[in-house]
Amino acid sequence: MALRIWASSTANALGLSVASKAPALAPLSRCFSSVLDGLKYAKSHEWVKHEGSVALVGITDHAQDHLGEVVFVELPEVGAAVSQGGSFANIESVKATSDVNSPVSGEVVEVNDKLGEAPGLVNTSPYEDGWMIKVKPSNPSELESLMGPKDYTKFCEEEDAAH
Amino acid sequence: MGLLRQSEKLGLPLMNLVRFKGMPILDQLNLEEKLLRTTSDNWCIVNDGANAPTVVMGVSGKPAELLELESVIGDNVPVIKRFTGGGTVIVDEGTIFVTLICNKDAVPKVQPYPRSIMSWSGKLYDEVFQGIGDFQLRENGKQKLSIRNCFETLPSPPHYLFASAMQPIFQCSKSWCFVLLPDYVFGNRKFGGNAQSITKDRWIHHTSFLWDYEDRNMTYLKLPSRAPEYRSARDHTEFVCRMREYLQRSAFIDKTIKALDNYFMVQPATPADVNSCQVAKFAHSTRLLSKQELEDACSSTKPGTIAQSASI
Repeated sequence: MALRIWASSTANALGLSVASKAPALAPLSRCFSSVLDGLKYAKSHEWVKHEGSVALVGITDHAQDHLGEVVFVELPEVGAAVSQGGSFANIESVKATSDVNSPVSGEVVEVNDKLGEAPGLVNTSPYEDGWMIKVKPSNPSELESLMGPKDYTKFCEEEDAAH
Repeated sequence: MGLLRQSEKLGLPLMNLVRFKGMPILDQLNLEEKLLRTTSDNWCIVNDGANAPTVVMGVSGKPAELLELESVIGDNVPVIKRFTGGGTVIVDEGTIFVTLICNKDAVPKVQPYPRSIMSWSGKLYDEVFQGIGDFQLRENGKQKLSIRNCFETLPSPPHYLFASAMQPIFQCSKSWCFVLLPDYVFGNRKFGGNAQSITKDRWIHHTSFLWDYEDRNMTYLKLPSRAPEYRSARDHTEFVCRMREYLQRSAFIDKTIKALDNYFMVQPATPADVNSCQVAKFAHSTRLLSKQELEDACSSTKPGTIAQSASI
């Protein structure tokens, strides 16, 4: 009820028309961000794609949407060690810096240099051009502890519903 | 009534309140980062004035773009790059700092993302400043949201959204919503700026409040390329205002602590308490820029520099 009242007041304040018999605003599906098949997901909203001996890592569409416009990305050096759950990068968006945590342990073998000049790729293409690092995993079995697409979608919905 | 208040507060998370006066801003920032990353407690740090005029830039700030470098270098003004995001400020003994360091689940309905944190902090400070002068929340930036998820993203009806019908803080088109990220202003003059840093399980939100300032110090700052619309290209002295014209220094600090009382069980902590919970070694990411770095940045802005670099 509170949500409907607020939505109606907002619409009135902004001069938007509201249908006189608008249906009750049932709880909306909470996770509208894209979630891709073939990837694994961490609870801290990073994704990993295991391709042979290398794992590609970035942040999810859900994460980039919640962070806002990315203006700066600080990546590790090639050769740096990363550990599962540990911070490996820093993203600046909307007056905030946010840690990015690695979903797997291993060695960084490549970083996405394009993010230096075009940090917004993290927003516009989080699963492709906005990838962050490539890791040589030291313990591929860690991938089994991560979520698949359906579980991650449900996780996002539950997380947003709780707030 | 006292017993009722106590029982209401029983369910609230603890927050350690530590107060300093005249702590150097570099020391304050280092302490904040250490408490954020190496403790699991909630903290409120109040520093009543820095010890000396200092420029403080956000993590990605570029000195050549943001500072009048010849003056900064000539007057030996320290320049710090801090670990949080956001813009550039110049702080001194007239600046009051309020920092909140929280576990991600400390405040109900607040997610560890920038706009969620700033929505809550806007509400907190709205409680502090309501009824004082012509206080408003004004747009600093916009956050684009799809119309489908705008309801999930904003907190439950925050009263400040409707504080000023003439300046909606929430804009909708048919397919997009924008939530406006607030500055704290009296009239159309800003008196407080904030920034965040977010880790996996915790976040920090720190604000610098202009209780007073020297006009001369504002001349060290250039007009930023990214500025809110309401700034209307005003220079710093026309854009900011002094809180001292609206309330007393101690009253502001007291009202802030009282507002925090609605969300936390605030308990005083001494600097000794702070020291006792710190780890011995910690690599800070806030740093003081060297004179050489500032001079190099200054040189890069001068004509002929690019050709010179290319020949090297």
